[in-house]
Amino acid sequence: MKLKINGKESELTESSVSVIKLLEIQKVDMPDMVTVELNGDILDREQFESTTVKDGDELEFLYFMGGGAQ
Amino acid sequence: MNFTEDQVERYSRHIILQDVGVEGQQKICDAKVLIVGTGGLGAPAALYLAAAGVGTLGIIDGDVVDMTNLQRQVIHHTPDVGKPKVLSAKEKIAEINPDVKVNAIQDLLMAHNALDIIKDYDFIIDGTDNFPAKFLVNDACVMAEKPFSHGGILRFDGQTMTYVPGTASYRCVFKEPPPPNAVPTCSQAGVFGAIAGMLGTIQAAEALKYIIGKGDLLTNRLLIFDALKMNFRTVNVKPNPERLKIDKLVDFDQAVCDIKKD
Repeated sequence: MKLKINGKESELTESSVSVIKLLEIQKVDMPDMVTVELNGDILDREQFESTTVKDGDELEFLYFMGGGAQ
Repeated sequence: MNFTEDQVERYSRHIILQDVGVEGQQKICDAKVLIVGTGGLGAPAALYLAAAGVGTLGIIDGDVVDMTNLQRQVIHHTPDVGKPKVLSAKEKIAEINPDVKVNAIQDLLMAHNALDIIKDYDFIIDGTDNFPAKFLVNDACVMAEKPFSHGGILRFDGQTMTYVPGTASYRCVFKEPPPPNAVPTCSQAGVFGAIAGMLGTIQAAEALKYIIGKGDLLTNRLLIFDALKMNFRTVNVKPNPERLKIDKLVDFDQAVCDIKKD
């Protein structure tokens, strides 16, 4: 399936996977810390396992950035 | 207030902008902006907002200037090492623009004082360096219905979004603070000095746009950039009514400790 992840086309051999599996396939650092937006909606972490990603889906992996002052 | 001749000259490059003009500059001169943290983000934001003539700048920071700050915190200079950051910042603001009234608060924004501190301001800039503070700024602003600019930087990356009542908040994107030490800080992971300037000046521009009421704010959008590739993107985000319900403020570090004790 073809996905768009953070604006970039990405091709996967799988035809559908759970969000949690996708994070693993994409080798996302600290998957517990990432926010996932699927087709414009931000998922709750509890939905990562039960939500399936399919061909044509658009995802954003958003990361914490804490710096600023120190 | 009518502008003096000096002010007309000082603000002339704003005044000739069609979208600012005398009216917009007047709004800027009447505005009150609070900058939480006078570090990497707060430093450039404060410099530009002072230069722009924002009438009142509140600055709150409990730190003193450290040698490691000078690589990016451009409001603090070498002789300021050891000086309270708010004092150092206040001195530079006065040099840039003596018209600006500065409220310097040498303290930390905490759950017990946040609402009282932000209440006098039109716009708040989050220039804090840690998640408990970022969530506190978010929650206090959402609770008090105050617009604010969120900003975060790490290594070569930055992200920012603007909240005005009714739009998505920081918490709509990031539900809750990460556990302590789960995400590296700038002091642990490093930060490319110039990106603090890039991000802090975006925040200053958002504050000024809000004040003059022109253009499109970064509302319901998270701007993310990677300065190594010099790639900028905006990701649309939606308000989440559940996460916009804030009924009390918490000092998160404390809360985490409390949970551990149980």
